[in-house]
Amino acid sequence: MAIWCARLSVDRWRLSQELEAGEGADADPTVLITETAHGPRIDAVNTAGAQAGAKVGMMLADARTLCPQIQTAPADPAGDLAFLEKLAIWAQQWGPWSALDPPDGVLIDITAAAHLFGGERRLLADVEAAFAQRKLAVRSAIAPTAGAAWALAHFGPARAILNGQEDAMRHLGDLPVAALRLDSDVLTVLRRLGLKRLGDLADIAKGAINRSEAAARDALHRRFRNRKSPSANPLVRLDQILGRVPEPLLPIVVRQMPLVQRRLMEPLRHRALLDQVLTDLAADMARELEGRGEGARRLELGLWRVDGEVIVRRLELAAATREPAHITRLFADKLEDIDAGFGIETVRLYASWAEPLDIAQKDVEEATERHGTSLAACLDRLSVRLGPGAVRRPVPHASHLPERAQRWQPPLDPEPVLQNVAEPRARPLKLLDKAERVAVLYASPDGYPQRFRWRGNVHEVVRVEGPERIAPEWWRQKSTVRLRDYYRIEDAEGRRYWIYRHGVSGDGRGGMPDWFLQGLLA
Amino acid sequence: MWGSGESPTVFLMKSSALPSSVKTLNALSILSPVQEEGGAVRVSANDTFTLPKPQDGRWHPGLADQPLHSEIFASASEASGAALALALARDALRVAGQSADSLAEANDRRQILWVQDKRAVARGGRPCAYGLPRDLRDRLIHVETATPEDALFALEEGLKCRDFACVIGEIMGNPRAFGFTASRRLSLTAQKQGTALWLVRLEAEADLSSARMRWRAKSAPSSPPLWNSDAPGAPAWKAELFRARSHAPGKWILSNEDGRLSANPPDQTRPAASTPRSRGQSRSRAQNIGYLVRPTVGRSLAAVARA
Repeated sequence: MAIWCARLSVDRWRLSQELEAGEGADADPTVLITETAHGPRIDAVNTAGAQAGAKVGMMLADARTLCPQIQTAPADPAGDLAFLEKLAIWAQQWGPWSALDPPDGVLIDITAAAHLFGGERRLLADVEAAFAQRKLAVRSAIAPTAGAAWALAHFGPARAILNGQEDAMRHLGDLPVAALRLDSDVLTVLRRLGLKRLGDLADIAKGAINRSEAAARDALHRRFRNRKSPSANPLVRLDQILGRVPEPLLPIVVRQMPLVQRRLMEPLRHRALLDQVLTDLAADMARELEGRGEGARRLELGLWRVDGEVIVRRLELAAATREPAHITRLFADKLEDIDAGFGIETVRLYASWAEPLDIAQKDVEEATERHGTSLAACLDRLSVRLGPGAVRRPVPHASHLPERAQRWQPPLDPEPVLQNVAEPRARPLKLLDKAERVAVLYASPDGYPQRFRWRGNVHEVVRVEGPERIAPEWWRQKSTVRLRDYYRIEDAEGRRYWIYRHGVSGDGRGGMPDWFLQGLLA
Repeated sequence: MWGSGESPTVFLMKSSALPSSVKTLNALSILSPVQEEGGAVRVSANDTFTLPKPQDGRWHPGLADQPLHSEIFASASEASGAALALALARDALRVAGQSADSLAEANDRRQILWVQDKRAVARGGRPCAYGLPRDLRDRLIHVETATPEDALFALEEGLKCRDFACVIGEIMGNPRAFGFTASRRLSLTAQKQGTALWLVRLEAEADLSSARMRWRAKSAPSSPPLWNSDAPGAPAWKAELFRARSHAPGKWILSNEDGRLSANPPDQTRPAASTPRSRGQSRSRAQNIGYLVRPTVGRSLAAVARA
């Protein structure tokens, strides 16, 4: 199906001005111009402009002489092309495959899709309705070949439909040769030769009824012997319209299916080797599909034999898959009856139908799930989430002050080497970060604590051991720092604490000493 | 309650005379026992084999079947929770080492993970290396987390790790994040890896949890030391096992002397628990001579050769 947006540029300009057809600025004769070396040239003309005499390709100055009040607007060919591209994708609603036909057309392959719209006639009506809704003027046509559809859309009757069964030339014969999508100089040549209609050309090209006609045909073939460029050769174009010569078109959405193959150094004659090749191919295919995030629904295995035969085996899968082992196993059944003849020299695997299949993560956690993480991995996870300072290990430090006697370092760092560390005895299981002040009843100056109040509770001291005197570190601390007398105590309920008296009264470093609770004994 | 080892039969009292802990065994009467005078039921030696495993009985230290997820509820103003967790953990490790391999205990130098959330650190302090048992001192890895959620994460990661001997956690209060789901997660992770978790709940209500054993711990008066009766001795705790999957609940005074956990019935009066005035009086030390004089029984080469 060919869709021709007959006045794409003007329609776009009009839509950008948000005007209905023939109202406002569109009612004035307006042309879209491009600046060229010789002055502004008209690219597109609106209806009023065309009535005023302006034509596409005219210089603006010439048009002004015809119609002085003509309005201008800049043309936007790049924007037109981008718009056309979007249009081509949008037009895929009528068929799975569409191609651009620059500057203002779209070709859509509707093979086996027309019945979805209730037939070709209704399909065309649907197309025109959809374009009318977007306020774009279109002409559309359906034909067996892209060239015929194009010709009918541009020059044929509205909503022309050409069936594959009928004689194409009967419908196309009356169209002008311009329907062949030829270059303008070729059109000039044809006009000078007096070939105005497709039918004229077709008659000469095919017919050889008498001598003079044969001479004309030969002359025509000589004149257009270059078959490389179709747009310069009406004979090639004619063949393309009639479907005798293929016409490659570039689809708007390119879709390349994954294909892997092995060319074998020596022809294969044995099944075991073929299985090996198939395994390799399946692995390659799995990689290919994985890279695209797809899984195969249909696979074709081609086997090229030495004697020129090609054996093809197809496989359809219920759900998209790319599991090599699965593919190999399924193909293994299909390879039973293969006749290798003199040998198979090329094996190719082609996924003609693939569907999106999310890439499943290989279970990186599998090993850790089964065997547990290693210490380093676990510490990494912890410190990444909790911060580097959160995971630590206590290490001894050369000091007698309890809060300095241990330091914290990263857990896997080596322990510092200490010499002659006298191990302190009877340290509490838990040490408060900051010693908490307690009010203690005791016999001054250095009697045992009898009773103390901590966190609002009064504790009766039942058993006590001490003092363990820890002098300040004079080499580090100020001379006014007081010593500490540590007591291990147990209260009436059996709770065991580690408290100290900070200083002795009369040591000249302060008044009455304070008491602190620093640790909880086990 | 159990018959002594050498007797081939086991006597069970009638259920009316049974204490609650053995009531579960009352179902034994369906084993066609021979009714005897005095209300005792006689069960033959064959019948004892069909008894369920003794794990259905009372808990005692050194049990072979150690739970993998336990909770200990304790007050934040005493170290009893952490100390009991550590004692139970060491007990479990010792049992595991004995049952697995004679060399395993000596080789088990795996680390111990100790996770605390910030509030637990602020209220209960952080572990002190010199206060730990000697064999754990250089095996401790401490994690301090800002929130209980992070603490749960750290516990779970620790349980997933194969290089931890056990995981000890301390969480303050009943945070919203620590519901039944979180507790179940921890249980499942612990089961999967076989790493034991001892979770200390400071100042917490015993809400829903999937812990296999739930303890309530308080400090108990310590046993008197040998040489200074005025000093606090080896630590002891009042431990109440108030919920367990495979054991009857009960109360004990657990104490940790020489690194071995021992359990005593809670009603045993201790002379050390009396007032300070009565110290040092009427103490019989003859049977407890401690480590100064060790009996030679079983230590001589001859004794080894005889054995």
